[in-house]
Amino acid sequence: MNMKLRQLLLLAFVLLLPGVLQAADLIKEKSFSGANEIKVLFTGTVDAAIVGDISRYIVYEENDPDIKLALTAATVTDGGRGVILKFAEPLNSANTHVVSIRGLNGAGAVDFKVSKSYLGYLLSILISAMLINNFVFTKYLGLCVFFGTSKRKSTAKGMGVVFTIVMLVSASMSWFFYQYILIPFNLNFLQIVVFIGLVSLTVQAVDTILRKVNPVLFNSFGVFLVLVIANCIIIAVPLILANSNYNYFETFMLALGAGGGFLLALYLMSSVRERLEIAKIPSSFKGLPIAFIVAGQFAMAFLGFSGLKLF
Amino acid sequence: MTNTKSIGQLLSRGILSENPIFKLALSMCPAVGISTTVMNGVMLGVAVFFVQVFSSVTISLFKDQIHPRIRIPTYTLTIATWVTVIDLVLAAYMPGAYAKMGIFVKLIVAFAIITMRLEMFACKENVKDSFWDGVGMGLGFLVGMVVIGFVRELLGSGTILGYDVLGFKPLLFFILPCAGFFVVGLMMAFFNWIEVFYKQKRGVRS
Repeated sequence: MNMKLRQLLLLAFVLLLPGVLQAADLIKEKSFSGANEIKVLFTGTVDAAIVGDISRYIVYEENDPDIKLALTAATVTDGGRGVILKFAEPLNSANTHVVSIRGLNGAGAVDFKVSKSYLGYLLSILISAMLINNFVFTKYLGLCVFFGTSKRKSTAKGMGVVFTIVMLVSASMSWFFYQYILIPFNLNFLQIVVFIGLVSLTVQAVDTILRKVNPVLFNSFGVFLVLVIANCIIIAVPLILANSNYNYFETFMLALGAGGGFLLALYLMSSVRERLEIAKIPSSFKGLPIAFIVAGQFAMAFLGFSGLKLF
Repeated sequence: MTNTKSIGQLLSRGILSENPIFKLALSMCPAVGISTTVMNGVMLGVAVFFVQVFSSVTISLFKDQIHPRIRIPTYTLTIATWVTVIDLVLAAYMPGAYAKMGIFVKLIVAFAIITMRLEMFACKENVKDSFWDGVGMGLGFLVGMVVIGFVRELLGSGTILGYDVLGFKPLLFFILPCAGFFVVGLMMAFFNWIEVFYKQKRGVRS
């Protein structure tokens, strides 16, 4: 009986599929091009009078259906197989846009969605957290631990790796708690208490597990675990993801970027500080003061990443 | 036990000899991140001051009930509670200033200086001494933030607390976020230099 039902459902799905895919069938390619253009390529030749008429288009962002975006021109290209839609204002290509053309397919309207590839979007979160908004050099977080553990390259690497692992675990847990407990029960004001509790719990758990599973690794990395808790980045990431309402994959990428960025910053800094040890510097600058000035130079260099757009 | 310490000693230790920003080099993030104006420094300094004093007193009151094994989580949760209180109060009564400080108010929870004072002082001493120690450390942080904010605001935009005192903008660079590193580094070097200078002078005399 159950089997039959499933077969029936499958059959219905297969029969309905062409109806669902009809709009997609008509459109071969669609993408953002430039700051305020959308490029559409059709599978066959279309009527230039219909496609070139801007009053037939309705375009809006998927999460803001009430705000219709104003078109200035629709230029038919590729011998009647493609069209370029020009908009009055630049489009936010991070959001999914819905385009609807009336009268293209007989009488009904053809709807399709234009978005950047999701993987590219995720990668852009990663790159942004790592370089453009590096937590140490452009957001000025986690400085205590940053200056404390960047004296040696080996220490820097250990700290960075342990930090990244704890960051991933605790950010995932924070996301889960935030989405399924804090939001449904209206407990948003408890954010800070819950997140710091989760971080402490993660650190304690990693400590216990690592001690039992891999004592060798624990001996070399165990000392850094205590320091992780005193790092503001580890509590800043859950707060940021709660603010910007990320889904799980975005959260994962943000946490990975934050950890990777911290590792990168630590490694760069420790390479410089190892050389500073043997350099001749005024005695009052020795130690932390010169480290701060070097960090300031790194921060200036990282300013160069702002405006970087890969995807 | 340092029960014999007077209030004055406790206060001056926090502000001068163990200043959290310049001497202990703890809680540097806000000192670099948002110290572009004196007002920002005062606001965050006051927030940290209250969290430090309240947490010190709380831990000192309950020090006999806290099992030594779970003392660190207890400290963290105590601080988190007081940070939540301050966070909500600021958001309700000073939304403008709160928006400027952004995430840093919430991040007070991860400040090493507060946990350190609880661990080193409040869990051993009586309530009165802990209170004054908290006041001293809080004021030390406040003073540090105001000094850095003063330098950056004066050099960057030529104003103090929003009032135009110079009439021109000497070096716009100091308003840029990354200048925070330079200012803090140079000030640390300056204080080191004064210390070394005085020590040498005293050495010559004796």
